[in-house]
Amino acid sequence: MNEFLTLMKSELVITFIIFLLLFIKIGKGMKNESLLSLLQVLLLLNFIAGFFFNKTGSLFGDMFHTSLLIAFQKNILNLGVYLISLLCADWLKKTVHLSEFFMLMLSALLGMFFMISSGNLLMFFLSLELASIPVAAMANFDLDKKRSSEGAMKMILSSAFSSGILLFGISLIYGATGTISFAELPQQLDGSAFQILAFVFLFAAFAFKLSIVPFHLWTADVYEGSPIATTSFLSVISKGSIAFVFISALYNVFQPMYEVWYTMLVILAIATMVIGNLFALRQQNIKRFLAFSSIAQVGFILVGMSGNDKAAITSVVYFILIYVFSNLAAFAVASVITEKSGKENVDDYKGLYKTNPFLSWILTLALFSLAGIPPTAGFFGKLFLLSAGASKGTYWFIAIAALNMIISLYYYLRVVRAMFMDKNEQPIEKINTNPVTKFALILCAAAIVLIGLLSWVYDYINSLI
Amino acid sequence: MNLLLLIIIPLVTAVAALLSRNKQQVRWISFAGSVAQLVLAFMLLFAFRNERAAGNTAQMLFEQSYSIFPAWHINFHLGVDGISVAMVLLTAFVVIAGVLVSWNIEKMTKEFYFLLILLALGAYGFFISLDLFVLFFFLEIAVIPKYLLIGIWGSGKKEYSANKLALMLMGGSALVLVGILGLYFSSGHSFDLLSLSKVNIPIETQRIIFPLLFVGFGVFTALFPLHTWVPDGHSSAPTAGSMFLAGISMKLGGYGCLRVATYIMPEGAKEYSTIIIVLASIAILYGAFATMMQKDLKYINAYSSVSHCGFVLLGIGMLTKTAMTGAVMQMVSHGLMTALFFAVIGMIYDRTHTRQVSEMGGLMKVMPFITTVFFIVGLCSLGLPGLSGFVAEMTIFMGSWEHVDAFHRIATIAACMSIVVTAVYILRAIGQTAMGPIKENFLQLGDATWNEKLAAVILVAGILAIGIAPGWLNDLLRPGAEIIMQKVSAIK
Repeated sequence: MNEFLTLMKSELVITFIIFLLLFIKIGKGMKNESLLSLLQVLLLLNFIAGFFFNKTGSLFGDMFHTSLLIAFQKNILNLGVYLISLLCADWLKKTVHLSEFFMLMLSALLGMFFMISSGNLLMFFLSLELASIPVAAMANFDLDKKRSSEGAMKMILSSAFSSGILLFGISLIYGATGTISFAELPQQLDGSAFQILAFVFLFAAFAFKLSIVPFHLWTADVYEGSPIATTSFLSVISKGSIAFVFISALYNVFQPMYEVWYTMLVILAIATMVIGNLFALRQQNIKRFLAFSSIAQVGFILVGMSGNDKAAITSVVYFILIYVFSNLAAFAVASVITEKSGKENVDDYKGLYKTNPFLSWILTLALFSLAGIPPTAGFFGKLFLLSAGASKGTYWFIAIAALNMIISLYYYLRVVRAMFMDKNEQPIEKINTNPVTKFALILCAAAIVLIGLLSWVYDYINSLI
Repeated sequence: MNLLLLIIIPLVTAVAALLSRNKQQVRWISFAGSVAQLVLAFMLLFAFRNERAAGNTAQMLFEQSYSIFPAWHINFHLGVDGISVAMVLLTAFVVIAGVLVSWNIEKMTKEFYFLLILLALGAYGFFISLDLFVLFFFLEIAVIPKYLLIGIWGSGKKEYSANKLALMLMGGSALVLVGILGLYFSSGHSFDLLSLSKVNIPIETQRIIFPLLFVGFGVFTALFPLHTWVPDGHSSAPTAGSMFLAGISMKLGGYGCLRVATYIMPEGAKEYSTIIIVLASIAILYGAFATMMQKDLKYINAYSSVSHCGFVLLGIGMLTKTAMTGAVMQMVSHGLMTALFFAVIGMIYDRTHTRQVSEMGGLMKVMPFITTVFFIVGLCSLGLPGLSGFVAEMTIFMGSWEHVDAFHRIATIAACMSIVVTAVYILRAIGQTAMGPIKENFLQLGDATWNEKLAAVILVAGILAIGIAPGWLNDLLRPGAEIIMQKVSAIK
């Protein structure tokens, strides 16, 4: 019983918050402002608590296992949710069904926790469903916008499709190996054609969720239609959690098939970086733009994953930690501007620096971090991903990745140029940022600058493995 | 002498400039910061000479090393030899002059100075770091400020130029990155310059990695045919931006080619030296002839920079001790000269509001100080004895002549010929601007203000110091070049 409490503590805390919300809702109810403040405090406490009493162990006959690294990964997701609650405060306050939104978001988070901890393909499938169905409902939360419903529809259909593929892959794997336990699978894998076929189906399901090219087509529409709080959740937290599971599945379970998935990773990484970047070049809508740029970022994560050693795991986790701050800050600025002025196009950002220097600096910093320019943390994140990928000696692969960094720089600079250089007769008016959001933006900016320069963050993650 | 000061002082200056309240404060803070940097650079020079005079023969002096990212074996490793000291000194000279000539910037003054000092910070860090990762970090830090400086405060087709510059330089640094990672994994996991130089990297690996690093750094120093960002970037940049770009930033590339590519992989340098010499000779001649066709003063200096930086690469490609010393001398000399050239062009432009040579004339009458400086810098550019340009180019030619075969001789002669062309365009430009009848609308123009005079005097002092008494610079650079050459000549 005691072991159950300590090993599952993060899941239990989230469940507790969900039930609290439920009771508040069916009880007297609360005003949006106070409910949001309460949630912010609870999520902060949850994040802080995530650092303590972490243990390694497993439960339910290896169905659920946790370790220091897994606890840290969960805490990155906790941090992301906390930041979203601060950064999108303006939009959240106006939402009619605030408590439902958070119930859905936290349920999805709970699903991700179980997914990261899962020790069995069945458990993994169940928790993946829990992590994706609520998100589809969240995508529909701009209740008066058609696009939002359209995005939600696309999301639910594509995730149903990918679940189907995943389930098919799982059944094939069971047929080929006779087991679905992560601990027993490696011994049963011999790289026969049938097993590879089964693995490809599993891989495709992951690719769907991570929006790896050619499975990325749902991404842009869903991102554009959803409210920004959902978009940031999808692009940062969902992606992050899947990347964590993906890397542990590849390294721990499918290690015997290393040669197979290495080739797949290289091909898909190149395709994802190139296609994501090329599409991002032409986007006008800032959300679509960030959607394609986040596809390209996944390509870079795949480059790191192909390294297949301890350094690769650290680099991926480190990059996602940085990515949480950078991407959330970028989305938050977009959210503040959309909320106050209704404008969503890159061209509308022209002359923003004149009227809103603070927001412009934050967005610039976030975009530089995404582009991997020093002294922001993104530089270190990208560099370690590329270094991890280079450890196999395939330098042409790294060269392609490095050249893709240049393409991505071009479109990130496009936004910077619009804000700082282009003239505009009617720039967006001066926006008074909500103090909570401002605090969170400053927090993100500080993290973007400091995580890279303080090298012990990397060492800390490295020590967890 | 603590080398960390070279990073801390610009950092403090930049942050202080960003936090200051009004434009006057920003200017004085930046000025104070750049004076401090100059003093520090001189202290470094004297401390370095004292150490050497006291018999300290270590390759690098004032070394410091702090472990960061131990999992990747990265050390924040600083240290200087004569070459780095010379480059630091050059940077300090250009920074103070750049701050002074930008005194009248009214648009977003705070941000302007912040970016300027940030660029300087990148350059200082680059020249003193002995760890390739840290070196790369500083190299990239210096790119984005340039983009913003050109894009926001520039003129003409500034967005296009800024984009071209940022993308081409980032492309160069991407190649550098791949090269550095290649070195890291093929040499037993080390980014450290000194330990890498002791490792024997197999020739097959060098054949791949040397061109990556050399071309990557070469983009920064206008390696033909990757020089196309130079004319656009320089001509669109604000005055101080051009000064920094040509005076400091192009030298990052030359220094990288020498210190990283050639020093670590001498065999690679030897294999590719023919190609480097051919490309450098083309750049020298092409740059000189292209300059003849230019009518805009900034384009004239931009193309002549391509030509002059070609000498740097020629000197490196020749792989002799003297030529290499000359290459570094040319970097210092060209840095000072071109910064002064752009400063003068900026001063003229601020008054006449044109940079077209044909629209000017007789400016000697109204602005004697500015045109005199213009003469000095022009004569330096065409290599008049007594000024720094002569010393540097002469050293390179002497070094090149040490080779006796026809190929090197022809390349040397071709490069020598460019001096004639240089004389043509320089004298023509100066003649048309300074001499002749003056246009009526220029009669009311005034001469240089105190800040412009101070900037010009500082840079002219540097040029004269090298031109009249080149011995001290030679003594400073020669041991550094010698160590690199020892590795090259040890191959045979």
